[in-house]
Amino acid sequence: MTPDRTSLSGRDDAPATDADERPLPARREVERMRDLLPAIEPERRVDDWGRSERVEGVFDATLIEFFYRYWFRCEVEGIEHVPSDGGALLVSNHSGALPPDAAMIAKAIRDEHPQPRPLNITVEHFFKGYPGFSMLIPKIGCVAAHPANVHRLLFDERQLVLVFPEGRKGTEKLYKERYRLRRFGRGGFVEAAMRAEAKLVPVCVVGAEEAAPVFAQAKLLQRMTGLLYFPITPTFPLLGPLGMLGYLPAKFKLRFLEPIDTVGMGSDPASDKGLVQTVAQEIRARIQENLHEMVGERKSVWFG
Amino acid sequence: MSEHDAAGETMTRQPAHTTKRVLVTGLSTYWGGRLAQALESHPEIETIIGVDNRDPTRELTRTEFVKVSNQHSLIQRIVTAAEIDTVIDSRLVVDSMTTAPRLAHENNVIGTMNILAACATGGSPVRKYVFKSSAHYYGCEQDDPAFFTEDMRRPHSPGTAIERDIVEAEAAVDEFADRSSNVTATVLRFTNVLGPHLATSHARMFGLPLVPMVLGFDPRCQFVHEDDVVHALEHAALHDIPGTYNVAADGVLALSEVIGLLGKRPLPVLPPWGTGAIAAPLRRLGARFPDEMVNQLRFGRGLDNRKLKATYFAYGYTSRETVQKFGEHLRLHPVLRGSEGSYTYEKEVEEFLRWSPHVQRDDERASEEPFGI
Repeated sequence: MTPDRTSLSGRDDAPATDADERPLPARREVERMRDLLPAIEPERRVDDWGRSERVEGVFDATLIEFFYRYWFRCEVEGIEHVPSDGGALLVSNHSGALPPDAAMIAKAIRDEHPQPRPLNITVEHFFKGYPGFSMLIPKIGCVAAHPANVHRLLFDERQLVLVFPEGRKGTEKLYKERYRLRRFGRGGFVEAAMRAEAKLVPVCVVGAEEAAPVFAQAKLLQRMTGLLYFPITPTFPLLGPLGMLGYLPAKFKLRFLEPIDTVGMGSDPASDKGLVQTVAQEIRARIQENLHEMVGERKSVWFG
Repeated sequence: MSEHDAAGETMTRQPAHTTKRVLVTGLSTYWGGRLAQALESHPEIETIIGVDNRDPTRELTRTEFVKVSNQHSLIQRIVTAAEIDTVIDSRLVVDSMTTAPRLAHENNVIGTMNILAACATGGSPVRKYVFKSSAHYYGCEQDDPAFFTEDMRRPHSPGTAIERDIVEAEAAVDEFADRSSNVTATVLRFTNVLGPHLATSHARMFGLPLVPMVLGFDPRCQFVHEDDVVHALEHAALHDIPGTYNVAADGVLALSEVIGLLGKRPLPVLPPWGTGAIAAPLRRLGARFPDEMVNQLRFGRGLDNRKLKATYFAYGYTSRETVQKFGEHLRLHPVLRGSEGSYTYEKEVEEFLRWSPHVQRDDERASEEPFGI
């Protein structure tokens, strides 16, 4: 790539000091740094994050297609709320032993959106260290949930990123606690979006809780296997590791809510802890409210 | 283009204040030699002095070699006597398999402190200090970001001896930079280098018929071509770029992709747990598998290279091209083996060529008939 080097402003006013002390870079410098991003060589089928076009394609055409179309029969609302360009952070509720929600959201954007874009799914660092997962997870579009990764994707590469602020607390929760949102961390995702000047898009997923109900968590087995958690589901551990994919055919409903723009929130909103918490709370409330509405409207778990 | 850009243009296009008299440490290392060769082609550099405790390994025409260990009093005398304005510190050992740990520590930490002490005395003529560091500074852990930027601290304390040394050496350089405000201090952190002339642990591994991988892992790898390393050092020597910069080529590849580009086959035999424990017996069997590489084979590492590119540095190769070039070398190596002449330093001949009044030191002649054949 021969980057279009346009500006040199900011070279002297932004020396290599502590990241925390550095003010937001000037607009022009930002553009220049974006121009300097390495291009993906056309011969390559793997990108710099480790995402493999080939592996993703195979998964998309087989397993995910099957689950999306025939097993969960996904129904999508408000796909137009996913912006067609610029960075956007999708925020969703989370559930299921091996959560199917992320793959379905990615597939919905790929299939239903007028200008589909790849979705980057943030996952725990745990997966990078676990053999097998470590190999597969980045290839299908997952990145470790490191603030620097999210920032680069949203701000520099202006891509779509999906986060589950509930994190492990969401997937650990049992069937009896379904559709009750857990705490939204410390609002780190809102901070990341603000710093990246990205839009926040709340997403509600109904059906995943019934598709992969967790009846109990086996602490001892979790410690023995070194996994994040060891859920007891209808098929796991009964059918072995593949039992993780033994989803029940619940009807999936995905609803993308109206995006929240972080640009108009002041000069440096990310450092305003109060504002960050307020926005995080509001997003949580909106998702919870819509979840209640969607579950209330649903006549059957299996047929919608 | 706005006038703002034009102003910026003149600001950095301007060559460095005065890079005229250069001291290269570690002249006999591959990097020191290559760098001195590169600097010799710049007529505006009057003097190039190289120090090392071994004889030079590369042919040089006008670089003066002084055999000296890393004693700061001696180096300080050289610096003052020759009025050195730029010191390029290219001694760093980054592979624990090439040097014994004690010697590596001696060179990387104590050596750096000595060189810095030699540059930091009152009234020192040194105005620029370039330190060749390594991406081992960042280490390699499970919870690393996908792309390290220069302002990131490593999340965990260093796990291997080499990493500890590099962190310590950089801390010394930082302190030096803080204390000496009139010196431009540049730190270049190089990622894994690949190239035909360099026998790194990665090169050795890729030279095997089957490339070992850790079972269940496909780490991301980034490389930089050996020529780009020399160019980056040269760039830092000739321009004023204070601060720390990552040097890594565009593009981060998956290890499986690298193996494919080299036309090799992967051999996923290393156990996913206790990889470090198996490294020791493997080393005893002759495998070149240093400690600092163990985690790289599991988690990989990527660097953000934009800061250096923003100073108008242009890489000659991407990571992918670097690997392809290296693949070509691997295929050619059996054919060319032994045909490249090796160089031995002859002290008397070199001194005669540099100092005898009978040698005609004409620039044109020099380009026709290089000295020191």
